[in-house]
Amino acid sequence: MSAPGATPGNSAAFTGAMRILAGLLEARTGQILSESRIWRIETALKPVLRMNGMANLEELVSQLLASTESNLTDDVINALLNNETSFFRDLQTFDMLYRDLLPQLSSSKQDKVLRIWCAGCSTGQEAYSLAMQLRKDAGRWQGWRIQILATDISTAAISRAQSGLFSQIDVQRGLAINDLLRWFEPVGDDWKVSDELRRMIEFRVDNLLEPKASSGDYDLILCRNVMLYFSLERRQKVFSRLAEHSRQGSYLILGAGETVIGQTDAFAASRSFRGSYERSAKTEKINQPVRKTA
Amino acid sequence: MKNCLVVDDSKVIRKVARHILESLDIKVTEACDGRDALNQCEAAIPDVVLLDWNMPVMSGMEFLQELSRTKMDARPKVIFCTTENGIGHIKAAVEAGADEYVMKPFDRDTLESKLQIVGVI
Ligand SMILES: C[S@@+](CC[C@H](N)C(=O)[O-])C[C@H]1O[C@@H](n2cnc3c(N)ncnc32)[C@H](O)[C@@H]1O
Ligand SMILES: [Mg+2]
Repeated sequence: MSAPGATPGNSAAFTGAMRILAGLLEARTGQILSESRIWRIETALKPVLRMNGMANLEELVSQLLASTESNLTDDVINALLNNETSFFRDLQTFDMLYRDLLPQLSSSKQDKVLRIWCAGCSTGQEAYSLAMQLRKDAGRWQGWRIQILATDISTAAISRAQSGLFSQIDVQRGLAINDLLRWFEPVGDDWKVSDELRRMIEFRVDNLLEPKASSGDYDLILCRNVMLYFSLERRQKVFSRLAEHSRQGSYLILGAGETVIGQTDAFAASRSFRGSYERSAKTEKINQPVRKTA
Repeated sequence: MKNCLVVDDSKVIRKVARHILESLDIKVTEACDGRDALNQCEAAIPDVVLLDWNMPVMSGMEFLQELSRTKMDARPKVIFCTTENGIGHIKAAVEAGADEYVMKPFDRDTLESKLQIVGVI
């Protein structure tokens, strides 16, 4: 996992405005834009320019620098973030959760409290997929207190997630037809998720670089496809934060192409559950920088 | 290699579906209506059928009903793929035995995820 964009090639050709905007995104979110995405900044920001009656990126940047109006900054950040997601993304992961990992948590936790954190949940598909997996096994969770916290830095993504409204394209990606029929109802051209699922999840705007919404220990943390474009230092810092919000034996799930190797000692590949990581005992090491391997 | 029978009276849709399916390493055969599809299934059972709703000669629903009446060694998975996007149609198709349902227009990601859901890939 290298950070594209960290070593600029022909980036000399980027305009000052492009650099400032990419820099703003990185400072706020940790996301480093690849060169090809820096080239597309203007396209990504077209709607923001239009909405504010601005002619070009230069005008936008001067507005950003001049004003303390945080709505404009939010709009810019929202437009530059990659919110790509889908229901049951990496189906095997959700199968594994349903078949193995969640049952293991239910048999090992005497307190009958299950706490899950979806960090970087985008528009909510990941958290709703989890909720569906839990409801599919309702008997097992009878009498449990289940808490799902789903956070994202994008205010736009979180408000869409909270609305529970998904387009036809959204519900076709990864969602089985029986789950669509069971958990959604048509509203105009869109589909609305049932209140029963929505009540299971608390969606909050939160920045992983300085998380405030999360508290205490989570039994399971999903942080998938969020840190791919973070610098190594930022990734290490976020892993420490995730470790602080878990206990020995908690599980962490990353995206299909992500790993903890060379990033943190706080989590190690789980022997029981493929693709998941277990919080290690050696907490004293958590805040020490890990040497870069590859 | 898995086989998919694409059943649609529109040549364009068959071509689009073929293109996507072949990119997913699936072997494609085509039928232009339900009757044609049924005949082909009797000769060789595909792993999955991508099925249009409205077609001349025999509709997708009629095909599905005939298919469940026909004795076969194995049953293909059936994915409806149609512009009938109302919840009534979806429910009727699922009740008639469809395994999955794709609303047109669809794209590669959609088809790929539906094929994963029915276990073909
Ligand atoms: C590519 S999406 C992945 C969504 C989902 N986890 C999945 O795997 O399908 C990455 C999400 O991380 C969010 N994100 C990026 N930087 C973040 C940060 N510093 N704090 C919280 N969320 C962040 C983005 O807004 C985006 O919604
Ligand atoms: Mg037709």
